[in-house]
Amino acid sequence: MSHYPRYKKYRPRVYSKRMPIFWWVRKWPHARFILRELTSVFVAFYAIVLLLHVRSLAAGPEAYANFMAWLQTPVALALHTVALVMVLYHSITWFSLAPKAMVLRVGRTRIPGWAIAGANFAAWGLFSLILAWIVLTV
Amino acid sequence: MATHKGKTNEPFWWALFGAGGVLAAFCIPVLLFLNGLAIPLGWIEPPRYEDALALVQHPLTRLFLFGLISLSMFHWAHRFRFTLYDGLQIKHLNFLVALMCYGSAVVVSILTAVVLFQL
Repeated sequence: MSHYPRYKKYRPRVYSKRMPIFWWVRKWPHARFILRELTSVFVAFYAIVLLLHVRSLAAGPEAYANFMAWLQTPVALALHTVALVMVLYHSITWFSLAPKAMVLRVGRTRIPGWAIAGANFAAWGLFSLILAWIVLTV
Repeated sequence: MATHKGKTNEPFWWALFGAGGVLAAFCIPVLLFLNGLAIPLGWIEPPRYEDALALVQHPLTRLFLFGLISLSMFHWAHRFRFTLYDGLQIKHLNFLVALMCYGSAVVVSILTAVVLFQL
């Protein structure tokens, strides 16, 4: 695995044009693709924030108060605002692609893509309500 | 990494990526909005320490949090790995990038398990 060739086996080693690093900034669909892939960074960001949240709870009331105070700093609020936009983009692109990953049939008719995507969006709304209810009624 | 030498462990990482993607898509926006914006900005009363602790101490909550945090990290690891390849054209650093990405996800998963176990 560590010996990964720079040239493909079946392509002659004569001339292969290197793509510029920022090949994806000039066209909107390309930028949108990279943006969608980068939503994963914010998914990881929030996973780590959740871990820190739980750790502060485990460490006692003082640590919890400190964590809650950190959440109110401008840096934390700015990070969370950007992260919210990105995780919403993750959810929307993820559920929109669901029909491509799931092909469901009833008898011999295939369930149309819009119905599968719609069901995913509806489930998203339902899960969000349930989680909000749990968080808000503790 | 699709080599012509037959079997790869790609499906395994892809399954973790997919599971994390689904779980994150369903759960993270609402949790992030409530905990990261609505509560800090004072739109919603923050939960008392004892109540929040009781919630995360519940076995089902612990299981949920472990699954969400760990799978979200594996989702990131897989997707970010290929973003580095495609975006930065560093496919020749294949092993190093994979180790860094999946390794981080493993480390965060272990830390999460330790924190949740000690609650």
